[in-house]
This record gives sequence, structure tokens and C-alpha cells, in this order.
Amino acid sequence: MAEQPFLGRRGFLLGGAAVGAGALLAGCTGNTPANSESNAPVANAGNNAQPGKPITIGFSAPAADHGWIAAITKNAKAQAQKFSEVKFNATEGTNDVNQQISQVETLINAKVNVLVILPFDGKALTAVGQQAMDAGIPVINLDRVFDTPLAYRTWIGGDNYRMGVNAGNYIAAELKKKNVANPVIGEVAGIDSLPLTQERSKGFKDALGRAGFKVGPRVSAQFTSESGEQQTANLLQGAPKLDALWNHDDDQGIGVNAAIDTAGRKEFIMVGGAGSKNMMNLIKADSSPIKATVLYSPSMASTAVALARLLGQGKGIGDLAEHDIPAEITTYSAVVTKENVDQYLDVGFDS
Amino acid sequence: MTETQAPPQEALPAERKRFTFSADPRLLGLVGVLVILCLVGQITRPELFFTESNISTILRLAAAIGVVSVGMTFVIISGGIDLSVGSMVGLAGVWLTTLATQSYGPWVMVLCGLAVGLGCGLVNGVLVAYGKVVPFIATLAMYVSARGLAERISGRRTQVVADQDFLAFFRGGFLGIPTLIWLFALVFAVGWVVLNRTTFGRRTYAVGGNAEASRLAGINVKRHLALVYGVAGLCCGIAALMVVARTTAGASTNGMFYELDAIAAVVIGGTLLTGGRGSLIGTLVGVLIFTVLSNIFTLNNLDTDIQNIAKGVIIVLAVLLQFRARKARTGSQ
Repeated sequence: MAEQPFLGRRGFLLGGAAVGAGALLAGCTGNTPANSESNAPVANAGNNAQPGKPITIGFSAPAADHGWIAAITKNAKAQAQKFSEVKFNATEGTNDVNQQISQVETLINAKVNVLVILPFDGKALTAVGQQAMDAGIPVINLDRVFDTPLAYRTWIGGDNYRMGVNAGNYIAAELKKKNVANPVIGEVAGIDSLPLTQERSKGFKDALGRAGFKVGPRVSAQFTSESGEQQTANLLQGAPKLDALWNHDDDQGIGVNAAIDTAGRKEFIMVGGAGSKNMMNLIKADSSPIKATVLYSPSMASTAVALARLLGQGKGIGDLAEHDIPAEITTYSAVVTKENVDQYLDVGFDS
Repeated sequence: MTETQAPPQEALPAERKRFTFSADPRLLGLVGVLVILCLVGQITRPELFFTESNISTILRLAAAIGVVSVGMTFVIISGGIDLSVGSMVGLAGVWLTTLATQSYGPWVMVLCGLAVGLGCGLVNGVLVAYGKVVPFIATLAMYVSARGLAERISGRRTQVVADQDFLAFFRGGFLGIPTLIWLFALVFAVGWVVLNRTTFGRRTYAVGGNAEASRLAGINVKRHLALVYGVAGLCCGIAALMVVARTTAGASTNGMFYELDAIAAVVIGGTLLTGGRGSLIGTLVGVLIFTVLSNIFTLNNLDTDIQNIAKGVIIVLAVLLQFRARKARTGSQ
């Protein structure tokens, strides 16, 4: 096969152009904001603020595959940095259960004083949680719960059912205020096969049911902005007039908003879920249908690290009568509206 | 490559006549399916289905996956497969929406998206053509690594587009028709002309029909294959612009499962996975069938799980019909 000489003049020019384009493209991967301020939420340490005995906190979480998990890791680190006596030992996030198990085992062997674990799969990591507890290391189980309370000292997580309830209650109250009879209420759910989505939807349905309303058009997206946009574009076509819309997740909400904007629809109120900074800013601006978002805040990671420190130092929570840290803490899915958004902006996460 | 039993000369320009779409019974069947679906839509939601805004919604939903499917049609006709299209859409979308790219303005964003798509496609092509890596494996590697790179660059965050000029152009319209639909039509028209009226297109059929005969006939098969994957990559770059415009954001999750949707559309459109035969019109109808299907399901507020079952049934039916049509024609086996 008589090929052309490998580097003819044309080849040279093309090659040069390719290298130049490559260099230009490589310069386009930067992603540092011009004024990058660290504004992760941190817990006020109250009377326990003064440094106690030095401890090491081990931390393991899944890979940050969307904004919420990224915020979990970022918040945990920021909280640990607040305490001069705390050494924070975080493992690289992974979505491989085996790898996360061996990471936790490594932390156990390193004899950290307290462990904070957000398991990729609660069931799969139960055994290693128990192993840590057996080794005398208290475990704080973050959000995705282990199979048995034997595997954790304290569980802290969000409340999916109440997210739905609070979204439903807010929408019902707003519609009652406007005296809407037989309202059309839409729902953009997340991945339907996940228990968390089912719980959110059940809470939403139950709350609307108590107000005498029901869920109308419903689609399920994939927690991604693209799927949110596609599903919502069709949903809006199917419902020429909407009174309210609840979107389960603010990450996919970027796409939901884009679809609403494309359709030029404004006649309804929209409520988000999780509490991203993006949505909070839109709520504050009050120029689009989005009027509220129900929290499922990654600030729970900050709290978890603060609790881990107290556990490691044998302290209780200041204002409670209990001497010990409670065994379970469920965060509250507050409704963030234009009225109270300023006090919640600090827990809003970057989607 | 069972199709290569056909005599080599069939793979050359003489083949062209066969693809005049008006005469293809398989294509008529496919159009029939689309018409039936539209009728179902019209009957179940008569006040909504055939409205201007719903048709526009369907076409805008079809635009990105349609453009990707155009590229996929080229690759499959050339006898290959591209599993990496979705990841390339994700990577190009992320790359063109980084803060650094956005700071250079809309033109650089567009060029960046196209360049990343084209570049990844050419890497696929060089691996397949010159590295002799099986297309399935070469593009599988790109499928994994492009998605990984997209996650790396974006930090798995959703990068919102702040550039208003970019959004205004791509989310706007011209003569009352959204830009995305114009772009889709343009890509499709250019693709059709290239495939059916140029040497490049005829070579694509020839290489897919019988690569060895094409080489003997004087076609630079390696270079041609590399370029075909480049075309697919470029289409992904265009689709990335569309997805970013639609969602107003670039995310590493953009383009998820596009490879499956595109292959499904191409295959039910009558293009043979063995290469050498196929039509872009078929691909277009295939894309529209799936888009209209999900539109009808949502208009009627039905669960998406049933929609996936329907999708599967349509794929199997379409392929079975093709098989029968081919058997009837060749009379063999």
C-alpha cells in the first residue's frame, strides 16, 4: 500500500493546526470562578466551641456524581477545618461498594477516633460499619441508613416523606389563598425506582389529599438537567394550564426551568426540592414561576462532623438535657420562600 | 458480515438506485407506524396533539438525538458502530460551558463544542482504521473515558450558561421556527446530500458493503473510515450545543444513553448493522417514532415504564419486518 509520505506539507500544516487547536482547547478546561469564595455552611459550636482534646475523624462518601454529594464532601471538610484540634482523614469518593468497604477498613486500621460514613449502598456497608463499632470506633451514619442500628452510634439524615408533605402543604396553602377550585397540580419526580423518590411522591400525594387536591400530570426524570428538560417539555404540552408544579430535585430543576422558559409559561407556581443556591437565588429574584424549594440539605454533613467531634471528645449537645449525643437525628425539610430565603442561602449548594 | 456475500461491484455506485426511498416497502411500513402513532395521539388528546406548540416541542425534543443519529447512520452504513456518541455529547457540552470557555464568548463556545466532538470522533476513527481496533471496543473505550473526562472537567457539577448571546441565538428562532429545528433540518439535509449525492457517501456504502473490494477499487479505506467516525463526532458536537441550549447548562450527564437511542433509531430505520445498506430518511422516521411515542405517553399522563416496553416491542417488530422483507427479496434461506 503506497501511502503518501507521512508528513507532507499539507500534513504538516494540518498537524500544526491540530496541535494549536488542542492547546487552545486545553486552555478551555479551567473552571475556577473569578472570585472563588468558600461558603460552605458550618455549625456553630456553641459552648463546645473551645478546642478539646485532639482527635482524628475519618470520612468516607460516594463519588460526587451530582451537586448534592459534591456539597456533602465539601461541607464535611469545611466543618472539620473550623476545629483546630480535629484532624480530618477523608478517603477518595467512590461508587464501588467494595472499594468503599476497603476504604473504611483502612480508616479502622488507622485507628481514627470517629467515623463519618455516607454509604453508597447502606445494606452493603452495614457489615463494615459494625466492624468499626466492634473495634470501638463510633460511627456516624450519614443519610443512607445501615441495615441495623448496631452498625452506627448515631444516624443523621434527611426526610424524604416530609419533603413531599411540606411541598404539598405549601402548594395547597398557596392555592387555597388564591381560591382555586380543582387545581391542576403537576409533579416532576426523580428516578422512580428509588425508594427516596417513592417516599417523596407519597408524602406529596398524602399532603395534597388532606387538602382535597390530587396529583395531576406526573413525569419522572433522572436527576439530570437534560432529563428534567425533556420530561417537563412534554408535561407542559400535556397540561395547557397548570396551577402548581413540584420538582423533586434542584439539579434537574435547571432543565425544568429551561423547559418552562422555552414554553413561555408563567401561570403556575413551582416548588423545587433539595435547596440549591441557584434555585434560592431565583426564589429571591421572584421573577419566574419558582416560588419555593423544600430542603434536603447537604448541610447535614457539617452537622455530622460537628457531632463526630463531640462524640470523640465525649461531650453532649449543649442545649439538650441529655448527656449523650442522640442516636438518630432527622433533619427538617424546611420550605424556603422569598420571605425566609436570606436565612437559608448559607446552606444552598452549587448544583 | 453476511452481507458481503453480495458481489463486490454491487457495493459500488451501481448500488445507489436502491436507496431511492420512495420505492422501499420497509420504509413505507415504518412511516405507517409513525402515522398510526400520530393518529393515536390525535384521538387520545385531540385538543393538544396537532397544535403548533406540540409539534414544535416534539421536533425540538427530536433535534439533538436526531443529529446524533445522522452521524450514527454514517458509521453503521460504513460497517461500524459508535458506542461513544452519548459520552461525546456530554464531554463537548461540559467543555464548551466551563467558565474559561464561557469567558471567550459565544463563538469560542460553539467552536469548542464542535472541535471537541470532531476531535473525539477522529480519535475513534484513527483507532478503528489505523489501529485496527474493533469499532465496538474502540468506541467503548471512548464511551468510558469521554464521560470520565467530562466528570473530571466539570467536577460533576452542572455548569450553567451565563452567556446571554449564546442562549438568545440557540433558544431563539427564525421565521417563527426555533433555531434548534432549523439546525436539525440543516444537518439532516447536508447529511442526506453527502450520503446520496457525493463520492464520500458512495464510498461509505462501498466500504460498508465490502471493504476489501473497495480497497481494490482504489478507495483509501482507512482514511475514509477515520473520516466517517469524525463525522459522527462532529454531529455529537452539534448535538452538544443543542442540549446545552435546551437545558441552559452543560453537565457530564448530558447525552446519557444516546448511543442506545441512536442505534435503535438507525436500526428500525432499516440500516443494516452489518453495513453497506441504509437510509437517512429511515433514521429520521425512527427518531420521530420514539419522540412521538414519549410525547403521547406524557400527554396522556401514563407511566414511563410502559413506554419502555412499547419501545422494545417497536424495535423488535421493525427488525423482524426488515428480516422478512429481505428474505422475500433475495428468496434465499
